[in-house]
Amino acid sequence: MSRRLPVEVKRVRMLVTPEGVSLPLDLADAGQRMGAFLLDLLILGGIFIAFTLLMLLASLVVGKPLAFRAAWVMWLAGAFFLRNFYFTLFEARPRGRTPGKRALGLRVIARHGGRLTLDAVIARNAMREVEFFLPLTFLAMSGGKDEPEGWAILCGILWSAIFLFMPLMNRDRLRAGDLLAGTWVIRAPRRPLLPELADTAEDLSFTGEELDAYGVYELETLETVIRQAHAPAVATVTASIARRIRREHWSDEGGPRDLAFLQAYYAGLRGRLEQKLLFGKRRADKHAPS
Amino acid sequence: MNAPLPSARFRAEREADWRRLEALLDRAEKRSAAALDEEELLALPTLYRATISALSVARETSLDRALIEYLEGLSTRAYFFLYGVRGRIGPRLLAFFRRDWPAAMRALWRETIASALLLLAGTIAGYALVASDPGWFPAMVSGDLAQGRGPEATTQMLRDVLYGGGHGRHLDGLEMLATFLFTHNAQMALLCFALGFLLAVPSSLLLVANGLTLGAFLALYAGRGLAGDLIGWLSVHGTTELFAIVVAGAAGIRIGWAVAFPGRLSRLDSMAEAGRLSGTAMAGVVVMLFVAALLEGFVRQLVTVETLRYVIGVTMLCVWLAYFYGTPRKPA
Repeated sequence: MSRRLPVEVKRVRMLVTPEGVSLPLDLADAGQRMGAFLLDLLILGGIFIAFTLLMLLASLVVGKPLAFRAAWVMWLAGAFFLRNFYFTLFEARPRGRTPGKRALGLRVIARHGGRLTLDAVIARNAMREVEFFLPLTFLAMSGGKDEPEGWAILCGILWSAIFLFMPLMNRDRLRAGDLLAGTWVIRAPRRPLLPELADTAEDLSFTGEELDAYGVYELETLETVIRQAHAPAVATVTASIARRIRREHWSDEGGPRDLAFLQAYYAGLRGRLEQKLLFGKRRADKHAPS
Repeated sequence: MNAPLPSARFRAEREADWRRLEALLDRAEKRSAAALDEEELLALPTLYRATISALSVARETSLDRALIEYLEGLSTRAYFFLYGVRGRIGPRLLAFFRRDWPAAMRALWRETIASALLLLAGTIAGYALVASDPGWFPAMVSGDLAQGRGPEATTQMLRDVLYGGGHGRHLDGLEMLATFLFTHNAQMALLCFALGFLLAVPSSLLLVANGLTLGAFLALYAGRGLAGDLIGWLSVHGTTELFAIVVAGAAGIRIGWAVAFPGRLSRLDSMAEAGRLSGTAMAGVVVMLFVAALLEGFVRQLVTVETLRYVIGVTMLCVWLAYFYGTPRKPA
């Protein structure tokens, strides 16, 4: 892909399904990845603290040394499983997302859209050990001593910085774990099915000449304007359309009248353009010959 | 009212199907595929295909961008549900133990031998160094791992650790010790694996370092005439644990190798392939370490007869070898 493309296009990868239909996949950017990870860390930290308190409380209530030891064992084992399997367990489910990713509308998939396997999920999350937890342990260890070893802390910071900024250093926004496991993280926000605009359009007929004023690009912009129904925008767009097709329209400054006019024009324009589309002619925008 | 647009009619005719697919996906993703009954499970691929073909028709005939975006989103979701991770965890675990794990181990045999040799080299070096000068001991064994076992310890103290006699500290805290060692070793093994991509250099170093520690202990005990006892003490869990560390090292070496010599594949794809194979082996390593921790924490402290310790250790090794390399090869 060329480097000149706009950012939104550069992050889109085309997946061709076995049915031969291409689906655009929107790669998550570094900020979203970071946000999801921080959320997961907060959740992880919360569970960890709650778990620790629970174990402490349980051993205090029972009050016997044996209970205390049992709680300690469960704490060690629990902390280990939490640290190593929190991400794996969530990502290995059909949703392919941890709570943090879910909140940001991200999910993990196999690169190029293949089947995401359990081993890939294990591999990508085992790498978190070196990417994040290892430098953390490093810092905690150095900080705990009377005399923190400056070079050790520096190495730890450098080490984690390499991994931290790794997603910024490649086009697919891969972190080391994604690289190793062959996975992508994509944005998969849920899109609701919006109401059909043409169905509720008023009966207002336009001549062929009037409908030939615009192309697909303008149609899609018009669709956005109608759906957002932001009064100043509606008023501006109504005025410019009325001017271009030389039609008298008594504007009410972006109110229901303008909106109804736009909707009617939208339905007419779409019908016209779709009809041409059936004959194999796609008019990209108003500058293209009609 | 105008006659409805053909594309609006197209949408009206199919909308119910899309809504149904969406509802099914919602339910299936919330729990697992088990949340759907048989009829719904069969309907899912049909609805998916209808949706994806509607998408390709809509792209050619409809200019309703909201509709196309909705269909793209829905098709993507359904695609990853149908072609993505398999839902039920039970059958997947079964497949892992029956097929995937031994297959991954067999695929890693060369790396496993290399990794075992590295560990052995470390052990020999550690033994030779500490045997010639006990001053090397603290350099190879970290304080929290030594737990007071060092050149300054008396022979009686060393023997007590092996047989759990004396003050009985180890018998008391054995489950604590087991858990601590399990998490420590598992973290070590994960590190061995995860550092593999740096051309396997750190993984190899970790293996050698592990061998040095082992060799240092051996030399320490051999100096007091306790070598046989130590090997018995170690072998109860050691065969399993060292095997697990060797496998983790092998997984790391495989990744490093794939990065250095990707062959026909691109470096990235080669690494991803090695990563997936090694991921399976690593899941197995965690299981092995868990078994090792159980043996270490409970069996070893309870069985204090030396010959029995040897028998358990050797049996475990044979069990692992038979499981990994002895099972008939099934096509994947």
